[in-house]
Amino acid sequence: MHLDHHLESPAAVSADARRPDGSRRALRIGLGGPVGSGKTATVAALCRALREELSLAVVTNDIYTREDAEFLLREAVLPPERITAVETGACPHTAIRDDISANLEAVEDLEDEVGPLDLVLVESGGDNLTATFSRGLVDAQVFVIDVAGGDDIPRKGGPGVATADLLIVNKTDLAPYVGSDLGRMAADAKTVRGELPVVLQSLRSEDGVREVADWVRERIAAWTA
Amino acid sequence: MDRVTTAPGGVRASARVLARCDGRGGTVLPVLEGEGPLAVRRTRGSGAEARVMLVGAMSGPLGGDHFTVGVHAERGARLRVGSAAATLALPGQDEAGARYDVRLTVDDDAELCWVPEQLISGGGSDLHVTTSVDLAAGARLLLREEQVLGRAGEEPGRLTSRLTVRIDGSCVLDQELACGPGAPGGWDGPAGLAGHRAVGQLVVVRPQFGDEPPAARVFEEGAAVMPLGGSAALVTAVAPDGLRLRRLLDAALATLD
Amino acid sequence: MSRAALLVLADGRFPAGGHAHSGGAEAAVRAGRVTDAASLEAFCRGRLHTSGVVAACVAAAAALGADPGDLDRAVDARTPSPALRAAGRRLGRQLMRAARATWPSPELDAVASLFPKGAHQPVVLGAAARAAGLGALDAAYCSLYEGVSGPATAVVRLLGLDPFDATGVLARLADDMDRVARDAVETAERVVSDGVGVLPARSAPLLEIGAEAHAARAVRLFAS
Repeated sequence: MHLDHHLESPAAVSADARRPDGSRRALRIGLGGPVGSGKTATVAALCRALREELSLAVVTNDIYTREDAEFLLREAVLPPERITAVETGACPHTAIRDDISANLEAVEDLEDEVGPLDLVLVESGGDNLTATFSRGLVDAQVFVIDVAGGDDIPRKGGPGVATADLLIVNKTDLAPYVGSDLGRMAADAKTVRGELPVVLQSLRSEDGVREVADWVRERIAAWTA
Repeated sequence: MDRVTTAPGGVRASARVLARCDGRGGTVLPVLEGEGPLAVRRTRGSGAEARVMLVGAMSGPLGGDHFTVGVHAERGARLRVGSAAATLALPGQDEAGARYDVRLTVDDDAELCWVPEQLISGGGSDLHVTTSVDLAAGARLLLREEQVLGRAGEEPGRLTSRLTVRIDGSCVLDQELACGPGAPGGWDGPAGLAGHRAVGQLVVVRPQFGDEPPAARVFEEGAAVMPLGGSAALVTAVAPDGLRLRRLLDAALATLD
Repeated sequence: MSRAALLVLADGRFPAGGHAHSGGAEAAVRAGRVTDAASLEAFCRGRLHTSGVVAACVAAAAALGADPGDLDRAVDARTPSPALRAAGRRLGRQLMRAARATWPSPELDAVASLFPKGAHQPVVLGAAARAAGLGALDAAYCSLYEGVSGPATAVVRLLGLDPFDATGVLARLADDMDRVARDAVETAERVVSDGVGVLPARSAPLLEIGAEAHAARAVRLFAS
């Protein structure tokens, strides 16, 4: 969409790579996935891992008001002015895919108010396996599933699992307790995703988000290159 | 928009009050005139404030009547206008509607409390009220409007009431409430009055609200305090009856003091 | 005038942020005032003849090219609830984004520059209709339809109301919408010649009070 197109008036129209003043905008990464798979915990861990080296902000898309934003505020992963909640009217997938206007406003307001920013993480409200982000909103998307949701999820696929730029299989520490076969999940993911990367992580372990943080760093390097 | 045609046989009556600072910390009333159903009396004031009562000499307005009240508080004056009793709108001899127009003007450093008793929309009546308020930037106002739909157990008449408030020439509030038989559809539904039989508003204007507007607030889901533009705040309330409406408005007003 | 452009602008899927708002329906459902198709219809009818009329007149006037600043101030004065004023501006800003991407026009850019944080939604709707080559009547219809279809869709989600019943409600409001849309165009023409003072100011007490109650609530599904 309008990547090289630049408007004189306030607020870019869609995914324009430059802000109205001509400067490059922040990289936007979306995190989606089913309810309870650990999206908010991953966002919190990423903020802790990256906040010293990058200027960061987070947009949450809660189903019921500001729960996820409140969690991030309580955990104090970022100063409160760097966290914004978007309300989604019972349709979290609409707000990240079919009608992204509220989310675009939120990321632009963050850049205006606390910028310049290097990275904005846009967390979707917990939804189903079909929810994906519009390319008009984010530059890359991460899909988060967990081992407790069933080890057949990678095999079942769906747009999130199959096409996300990164698939995270979360809560690997629980695998023995819920009878999930990590090897099978990794192999199934490889089958549906081809060369697209997969990270198996447990945020309970020391530096559990390191691999995902490294992937984000690579993305940032490519974006600013 | 609706236009009301008043009948030639109806009563035309007007009242005028002009309040002026007497230069010694008091308020005098160089103009205090009323007629027929709109008699006005000065009553005992307190401190710098002059008090005036509208005394209904007969019931009304009836269909075909046209009442006009004009009140002006000049710089430095303090005036409180109340009414001795509720105003009851009743049907007239023919189909004509009635009009009641109120025009309030408050200059800088003057204060007006316009707090008449309720307006009751009696069965079969058709009344069109306009209240137009012009305030200088440094004026203070408390305005209370209470409308009760029908006497006890009675179907209400038709009532249209428009309230316009301008501060220093710019309009900060323009609202019209239409209710009763023949009003546009849905007036008594979940968006409008939802069966409530009393509805009221307070407009509170204080220059200090310009810098520090009051916080929006809700009371028992039946009233809300809402900061407007400029230095004004509005309280809107609905209640099952006039008594409970007054309590709700008093409670909301107390939070603005 | 393009009838197809009207369909594009009136489509509930037009990406302008409306899906996150219930038009006061969530507050009415929570308060127990909307419980079924009949009460939804009464709610929508009341909204149509109060804030709906005002919005339609403003949208029609904006489509005729009336001054957006004057119209925007007139909407402020007719919207005492700060929660509704904020929601109206947010929706206006979102609609502006979608409209500029869909029908690029210097006139829309100018309105966007005038209101970086958003003009009221009906002002933008009228300007968008103009950019799309539509007329005042189209703008009025869009505004009115959106004003009742939003609550109807929300109530389907909130109450699990049968979607066929909700759509039936909209169909039963068609005659009222036709009348109000025609009147709105007449008023809009007078706005152009006589100024915004001729705009209607009809209000619905429980829409205003409900909007404030909703904004104060910690847990809610819709933004307004």
